Parts: sequence; C-alpha cells; structure tokens
Amino acid sequence: MPKKRVLMSGNEAVATALRQINPDVFPAFPITPSTEIPQYFSNYVSNGLVDTEFITVESEHSSMSAAIGASAAGARALTATSSAGLAFMWEVLGVAASHRLPVALCAVCRALTGPLNINCDHSDTMGAKDSGWIQLYAENNQEAYDNMVMAFNIAENKDVMLPIMICQDGFITSHAVNNMELLDDLTVKEFVGEYEADHYLLNPDETFAVGPYAVSDYYMESRKAQAHAMENAKQVILDVAKDFEKISGRKYGLIEEYQMEDAEYAVVIIGSAAGTTKDAIDKMRANGDKVGLVKIRSFRPFPGKEIATALKGCKAVAVMDRSESFSTNGGPVGAETMQAMYSEKCDALTINIMYGIGGRDVRVEDMMNVYETLKDIAAKGETGDVYRYMGLRDKEAK
Amino acid sequence: MGYNFKEIMNKPERFAPGHRMCAGCGATICARNVLRGLHEGDKAVIGCATGCLNVSSFQYPYVAWEDSYIHSAFENASSTMSGVVGAYNAMKRKGKIKEDYKFICFGGDGGTYDIGIQSLSGAMERGTNYTYVCYDNGAYMNTGTQRSSATPMYADTTTTPVGSQCDGKEQYRKDLAAIIAAHDIPYAAQTTFFKGFKDLHEKAERAIYTDGPAFLNVCAPCPTGWKYKTDEIMEICRLAVETNYWPLYEVVEGKWILNYEPKNRLPIEEFLKTQARFKHLFKPENEHLIEKYQQEVDRRWEDLLFKCSR
Repeated sequence: MPKKRVLMSGNEAVATALRQINPDVFPAFPITPSTEIPQYFSNYVSNGLVDTEFITVESEHSSMSAAIGASAAGARALTATSSAGLAFMWEVLGVAASHRLPVALCAVCRALTGPLNINCDHSDTMGAKDSGWIQLYAENNQEAYDNMVMAFNIAENKDVMLPIMICQDGFITSHAVNNMELLDDLTVKEFVGEYEADHYLLNPDETFAVGPYAVSDYYMESRKAQAHAMENAKQVILDVAKDFEKISGRKYGLIEEYQMEDAEYAVVIIGSAAGTTKDAIDKMRANGDKVGLVKIRSFRPFPGKEIATALKGCKAVAVMDRSESFSTNGGPVGAETMQAMYSEKCDALTINIMYGIGGRDVRVEDMMNVYETLKDIAAKGETGDVYRYMGLRDKEAK
Repeated sequence: MGYNFKEIMNKPERFAPGHRMCAGCGATICARNVLRGLHEGDKAVIGCATGCLNVSSFQYPYVAWEDSYIHSAFENASSTMSGVVGAYNAMKRKGKIKEDYKFICFGGDGGTYDIGIQSLSGAMERGTNYTYVCYDNGAYMNTGTQRSSATPMYADTTTTPVGSQCDGKEQYRKDLAAIIAAHDIPYAAQTTFFKGFKDLHEKAERAIYTDGPAFLNVCAPCPTGWKYKTDEIMEICRLAVETNYWPLYEVVEGKWILNYEPKNRLPIEEFLKTQARFKHLFKPENEHLIEKYQQEVDRRWEDLLFKCSR
C-alpha cells in the first residue's frame, strides 16, 4: 500500500480524501473556516479530477437540502460547513437523519455568532449533537483525513444508514499545516467503493417515497429505529476502523486512551486540545505525575461505558468543554461524561471546565495547571466548584 | 394536435384517489392536471414543500403519488430537488442510470412566495432542469389561513382579521410570476382552471418538457380559506380571469405573451363577491375599498399589456 508523507492543512486533507472518494454530489456554500474544502474541491471539478456534480447553492440550508435530495435519489452526497452555517442547517440535519440518508458533512468547528467570531470552539457541532447524526472528532489533520476516508463506510452500512459529521477544529486543524500521511488514490477508492442504495428515487424498477407525515401512531417507532441504528453505529465504527488499520496501519476506536493504564488524574477532551494535553502529560510524566487523557473520537454515538471504564481508578477527573450550554451546571461533554460515570459507579472527583471558547488559546501549561488542580482536589478530597472556566481575561473570575 | 379534453382527462392518474385533501380544493386539481402534462410512460420525480398537499397525500404508510416522491421541509422544495437533479446528472454521467426523468416540485404560496423564495430563486438562477409549480391559494392554509405575501388585498385572514381598525390585508399581492420571469428562465407562466383546463394543460406540458427551469403559478382556490361552496371553484377561477384579477400569460425566453384577453372585462366585485373572505367589502361604507381594488387591478393589467406589447 503506497503511502505519501505530505504537509497539508486539515481542510486540504479532507478535500483530498473527497477527491479520492469521488462522491456523486457536493452542494456547497462558503463559510469560514470550512470554505477551503469546497474551494479545493471545485478545482478538482474544474480540472476533471472528479466527476462529481458540484452545486453552488445559495445557503447552507439549501446545501444540506440538496444533499438530502441527492442522497434520497441514490447518490453519495456530502457538504461542508461551520458555525452559523451549521446552525442554519439545523432543521434539515434532523430531516437527513430521519430520512435515514448516509450524507456526510465536513464540519469545521467554529464559535456560533453572538458576538460574531470566526475562531474555534464546539458550539456549532455540539448544538447539532441531538440531531441524529454520527459525530466523529479529529485531533489533527491526519485524523480529519482518516475519519473522512472512513465516513461513508460507517454511514452507508445497512445496519446504520445515518448521516455522519466529520468534525475538525477551525483554524487550529483546518488551516494549520502539518506533517501527515496520505493513502494512495486507488487504495481509498477500493476501500470506500461505490454507494449502492437499497431504495432510491431514481430506481427505474420501483418508485420510492421519502419524507412522510407521521402522526403519533408511527412517529415514536421512527425515532426508536434511529436510536437503534445509532447503537449499531458503535460496532460499525470499530469494524470500519479495523478495516482501515489494514490499509493505513493506524488504529482508531470510539475513544483514545493516552497514558491511562495507571493514571490517577485524567482529562476528558475532544478535538485539537487533546494534542496539547498529550504534551502536558509527557512533561508531567517525566516528573512522575500519573496523569492521563481520554480523548473522545465518537461523540455520537456516545461511548459512555467506555469512557467511564477508562476513568475507573482515577482519583480526580476534569472534563473539558469547548462550548457553553448555559445550563449553569456545565457543558455537554461534562454532562454526558458525568452521567456515564454515575451509571458505571465511577466515583472519581470530577470537575467540568469550559475552555478555549471563541478561539481562546489553550497552552501546554494551561493543561498542566488542570492536572495540578486535580491533584489539589484529590488531596483535599473535595471537588469545590464542579463547573469552572479556564483562561478568562479576568483571572479573578476563574 | 389540438387539445382533446376527454383524452387528456382519461390519462392514467398519477395522483391517486384516497388522499385526504378537501373536496373543492384547488391544490389537488392543480396537482392532478399538472401531472397530466407528463407523457405516458415518462418517468418523473415529484417534490413537495410542507403544506396541505404534502401532509394529505403522504401520511405514513400511504402515498397518493404514483411516481417517486420526496418531501423534506417547508422552505426547501427547490433545493431538495436541486439535489435530486444533481444526483440524476451525476449518476447518468457515471452510467449508474440510463432512464430519462422529469422533475416537478409543488409548493403552496407560503412555501413559494415567502419562506421558499430563497431556495426557489437559487434553483432558478442555477438553471436547474425542473418545473416548479406553485399552487397559489393565497394564504397559509395548512395552518389555518394566515396571510402570506400572495394573499389578495383586503382578504380577511386569521392574521389580518377584519375589525373596527382593519379592512383585512393592507397590501396587494406580490407578483411572483414576474419575479421568477426576471430570473430569465426559459419558461414562466401564470394559469388557472379555465375553459376545460386547456391553458393549464398546455402550460404544464410545455413547462415539464422545457430544457432548463420552468415555473407555473396556478391560482388554486381553497374552500376553507376563501369560504366558498366546493362546487363553485371552477366559476371562481373563471371570474379570476375574466376580471383580470388573475391574467393568463407566459414568458417564453424573455418574451411576454398574453394568452387570454377578456372580451368584456368584468368588474372586480364579480370575483370578490364569490368568497366570504371579502364580504366586509360589500358594506356600503366600504365602497371606496372596492374602487381602490379596481384601480389596482387595472394598473397591473395595463402593466402586463405593456410587457406583452414589447
């Protein structure tokens, strides 16, 4: 399997994966920081490197709607977006999921407007966490590429048939150029294959109707069927990762555990700040601190049991959230992780820290401070405030 | 070949009975007759915006459409269909399908004039090869007759209720057919149920078999919103045309063509008095409102004649 070392941004990496996949339909609308993905792709279209139908729609609501129409018609379809674009799509995200269409969305995470901000946080994709989409998050360019290559194999699996969001951090991952490895075109093409829908609008042998009105005597079963598919997705994500390891040599799971075997203090995190945290861990491990990390790759389906199992034996845990949910109790990752820990009787002292919101810097020393805080908490035997902020301008406010 | 009413009406139905639309509903008549514009044996994919037509024709697990059918939401029938057409183009290119298809979208005036105008305009501008049919019943009927930008002036609706300080909707209708014609698409037309459906049939067939985007605006009365007896619908449509309230015209490759000119134009009251939503206009103190109405109809008719004379 020929592989190629390259220097690429996350956006170019995802666009390259898309070129290799050669999807049928790509409706596109620009929004920072995801714009580069359709931009790179339009160059492939203009130069005959793909034979995709590239539809330059007039909004994100329409890009997702067109992806829905294309997928229902029997095509492999995807789009890309960020922030306000994802918020604008929100209504039809649920439609894609309930229509059971294996559409892909390259989500480049960016803060939602209010105030206007183009930098990274997870308020966009976390806002879509309950829309029925699979969500895979990348730590870096390599993972964004790899997740994109695996996306359709997961979404189109007959036991799943759900749309999938391939998330990477805006600018930090999408624009920063990194060393990474590309698979060769033929390997990806063979790995992904062509999409063969069971039922589709353009099937000459049978007509097909999609998008019914379903009143209370059927709606609930439809929701349960989606939930069941999401449960199936857990195993399929692992199966596809195993197949992917054969062509890439890279291992993926629902979560990644880093230095967790004997960890007493752990951080649970999503996205690019996992890399920063790993650096902090390496530094602290050199001084004998038993610190570790649980990185969530699949937020939907949520691997609650796996996370809680990994955290068993820890003295103190910090769950990191890059988006507010204004519950006054913490963020979405915190809420779901702590619920899973409770169910699994994992009794580590646990706090939930809001960080990096609207692109606020997260440095190695910030993450070292988190571990120091966890050590304090363990020593005192008390969590103090569970819901905290890190890195505010006003230091008193933390 | 001339239009043969009996032959056309006896074509196999592509919108099956058993749906839940009201008796005397214009949307249903519109859908059935537009689909008669498809040649027998030709395949089609039908799209629909959320509204009466969708919820009454596709209630799980039953569907009234004989062709493949897609509904996704209220404001996005055109963008959803853009994706279907995109899939068709891509799959044809890749040799995944060989058959030819036609693509037809239906939407009410709410889903077309208002919330759907963005996706409609986008699909038209992109040259999407489909036909969009607006069944214009002049209000949000599925939610109970709230005013839309297609609602006629002075209509009593549930959000413009006639009262001591309100004569009904203040504004005249948005001229959507003209707006769509301004996209310079190959074919845009306005029609209704008139004289044996000849005008509607010929326009539907022409729209469906036009290469590129086509648009039909169909005056499609609603018995619950307009408040008429179900068997009066054909007469109401006739009066809409004969009063110049709803002129029949088409815009072909930018050329405006008037399809029917009433020999004796009837006063607007003839149309208004058929519907209880206008009954307040016939109080003696409201005579000036009818005068104003007539002036607006005349002004718009003159404007149309001017466009058609170029």
